[in-house]
Amino acid sequence: MNAVPQADARLGVGDRPGLLGVLMLSPALLYIVLLVAVPFFIAIALSMASATVGAPGVHGFVGFQNYVAAVHEPEFLMGLRNSVIVTVATVVLILIFATIESELLARDFRGKWLFQILIILPWAMPVSLAAVNWLWLLDSQFSPIDWLFRHLGLLGPGTIWGPQMHLYYYGQEWLGLASITLINVWRILPLATVIVLAGRVSIPADILEQAQVDGAGIFRTLFQISIPAMFPILVVATMFAALLVFGDMAIVAITTRGGPGYATQLLPFWAYEKGIEGGALSQGAAIALFMFPVLLAGAIWALRAAYRSQTR
Amino acid sequence: MATLELRGIHKHYGAAHAVDGIDLTVADGEFLAILGPSGCGKSTTMRMIAGLETPTIGQVLIGDQDVTHLPPRARNVSMVFQSYALYPNMSVAKNIAFPLKARGVPKAERDARVAKAAQTMGITALLERSPVRLSGGEKQKVALARALVRDPALYVFDEPLSSLDAQVRAMARSELRQLHDRTKVTTVYVTHDQLEALGMGDRIAVMKAGRVRQVGTPKELYGAPADTFVAGFLGSPPMNLIAAEGKIIGFRPEGIGVSRAGTPVASDQFAVTARIVELEFLGSTWQIYAVQGAGEAAQKFIAHVSPQVVTTLEVGSDHVFTVPRAELHLFDAKTGLRVTA
Amino acid sequence: MRYVRKSGFYLGLFLFALFSVFPVAWMVITAFKEDSDLYNVDNNPFLYNLPPTLKHIEYLFTSTHYPTFLWNSLFIGVLVVVITLVLAVPAAYSLARLVGRWGERSGIAVFLVYLIPPTLLFIPLYQLISFAHAANTVWALVLVYPTITVPFCTWLLLGFFKSIPRDLEDAAMTDGCSRWQAFRRVSLPLAMPGIATCVVFAFALSLSDYIYAASFVSSTAARTVSAGVPIELIRGDIYFWQSLMAAGAIVAIPLAIAYGLLFNKLVKGFAATSG
Repeated sequence: MNAVPQADARLGVGDRPGLLGVLMLSPALLYIVLLVAVPFFIAIALSMASATVGAPGVHGFVGFQNYVAAVHEPEFLMGLRNSVIVTVATVVLILIFATIESELLARDFRGKWLFQILIILPWAMPVSLAAVNWLWLLDSQFSPIDWLFRHLGLLGPGTIWGPQMHLYYYGQEWLGLASITLINVWRILPLATVIVLAGRVSIPADILEQAQVDGAGIFRTLFQISIPAMFPILVVATMFAALLVFGDMAIVAITTRGGPGYATQLLPFWAYEKGIEGGALSQGAAIALFMFPVLLAGAIWALRAAYRSQTR
Repeated sequence: MATLELRGIHKHYGAAHAVDGIDLTVADGEFLAILGPSGCGKSTTMRMIAGLETPTIGQVLIGDQDVTHLPPRARNVSMVFQSYALYPNMSVAKNIAFPLKARGVPKAERDARVAKAAQTMGITALLERSPVRLSGGEKQKVALARALVRDPALYVFDEPLSSLDAQVRAMARSELRQLHDRTKVTTVYVTHDQLEALGMGDRIAVMKAGRVRQVGTPKELYGAPADTFVAGFLGSPPMNLIAAEGKIIGFRPEGIGVSRAGTPVASDQFAVTARIVELEFLGSTWQIYAVQGAGEAAQKFIAHVSPQVVTTLEVGSDHVFTVPRAELHLFDAKTGLRVTA
Repeated sequence: MRYVRKSGFYLGLFLFALFSVFPVAWMVITAFKEDSDLYNVDNNPFLYNLPPTLKHIEYLFTSTHYPTFLWNSLFIGVLVVVITLVLAVPAAYSLARLVGRWGERSGIAVFLVYLIPPTLLFIPLYQLISFAHAANTVWALVLVYPTITVPFCTWLLLGFFKSIPRDLEDAAMTDGCSRWQAFRRVSLPLAMPGIATCVVFAFALSLSDYIYAASFVSSTAARTVSAGVPIELIRGDIYFWQSLMAAGAIVAIPLAIAYGLLFNKLVKGFAATSG
């Protein structure tokens, strides 16, 4: 046998971790700086200017005037309130459902693959099409849910929700918000379940078996073992869900369009209506920017909590 | 085949000095064991030899060539990891062939070398398996096959036996040594297990806190430890160390005489009066746990005695323990360094 | 007791599956209905009171721009996946292994980038796209979608690369690889479950976006499914419900099968971020 040849001893970029690291990181970093960081600061500048669609660009510095103006509009306050309500309600429901669903999925059963396809279905639907789906499902005239309620004797003349024949889901303040919440729960639950299940399967089996041996029942095991062990990933799931709900405007844009009046207005859609449809670019930017500190504070708090629970 | 030389090696991580000035020479074909407790810097030293870390100060020479700033691949060093580091996405055969592939060895020769290495390690039957499904002992053999498939100048082993069962470990130890005797490739073997170091090493370097405390053959280290640390680290159980006569006095558990308290002591004998705390049956011998003094000043030591002697002993009462003065090891009470009497 | 537990288990599965599937089932039922069947309040909406028809699906493919939308979505999705992987995979590896401590801990910072809402960025981004003469083309979306996918995938892969034992790369380097080859030959193949998750996510996120798709593109030829269907298939107050429902189901069902079969891989992809 011949001697094994020596490896090429010439030093290249591939041998210098520092340089290689910079080279591998810089394309993504450059992209993010150019298309996220720079636009972000332009947005801040824009929010303090008096730009409109007719006169775009950053000129006419007005300070915090746009913010002050935004806060004084009833649509803004309503949008902020509704955004918070819908986000919190969605996240709470999703956490409960995702935890239960991941408990079910942590076991083996026949036809699991089919179940997985069925439950991931909502997430395979683009948000806007999901909104169209639900627009028709909760239609004011032809909703099959209303039809079911009528046949169950809940809706129609002489019933508890009567005498009306329809619930008009998107035509009322609270029912509208509840519908938006429901659509959000429906479309985000698959993702949340995947994330929570990832945490669930990472719990070492011996801990759960130890709990069983120690005589803990299903609920004690769930609340005292599984959930504390999954805490960091529940935080991740919470943030994903909160972000997807809080930042989305497709659902409200397609279903209630903020109505009746502005009773179901949400912040992102209001920023869009004001900034793009209304042509007041600077005001739109100011409204959108209001969301950022809220998200930032929430995210930092959540990640710190997750980090602490991991290092405890 | 090559010599290895470390010249004034330091490795600092910020204020922490993982390795704090090591000079070491390993002869061509020698098997050097680096022994020390965890955190003593032995793994860092080994990683610097392999090229996975660069020394903060100092030089590494392999076969008289300064390789300090060469990447691992250019050093021709084979390393076996504690975790074995088998590539889980490749079959056993592909794992073993990997170093050859990385060097551009043609396929036909690769296959021949893999077959030979597998045969040497007795794992031909495992070649098509996934390493994920192997036992600890099998994994270790695959890791060794991967190391020896390419005729390296130097082997470095990072505790390759520590994750094996005790029984498998003893077998693997002798196989490893036989392998070295056949190939005669310079080997650096890092371990915290003194049995491995004593059993396999031509020489042993004992490390503590980033420094080498003593280098020598197993007999030298055992017979004349350079300081109290080495003395207290080698042997099972290790040498007893008690403060007496202004020094630290060391003596092995073997060869200790025991008699009832008050028995006169010959002048060529060193004597300690101590209370027997516990007797332990070890099969051929008994192990005595004894305590001299009480409270903070209490000093414990261990003695091995024959079953006949044990019948005369009483747990809980004082006895006289004697060691011939010629067999004592004396250490300075302050520095811990060996002194002559 | 065992019996109760078991039926509870299957009841749970049934309810979750029902919640998930019901709206889509309604889509599918609607898609094949005659107008006179659909718009009759007295009919049982879940049954075909008149024979099912394919004419609305035919209409969707022959008389609307739906095929163009589908093609645009696919084209953009594939390109976005490729761009995302090209940017995010090396960046995540670099952060996890090459640029030191602050890189390993940059997960939170990467995640924060993901937090910046599109509603905030799209006004400046719109100006940027006009500047690049990409407005009203699919390229506008190909250019901006990585702002959503790159931070997410970098974050996910950062966790994934950190979970790969360092020993494996060290072994590869002593076996004769450079740092780069160790990444390419050992770490990259091991990160495949994470990369598969990223492929699915990048595709799903780019397909799902509405804000950018609705505001950067107004020409029909460049519209995606996400914006094209609700904007062009709803004409004023006229809703072509059967076609609209078909348009949604045709996208969602094949993707659900693909994602569903990858379900366990997706879970694995996330598991690394929790460790």
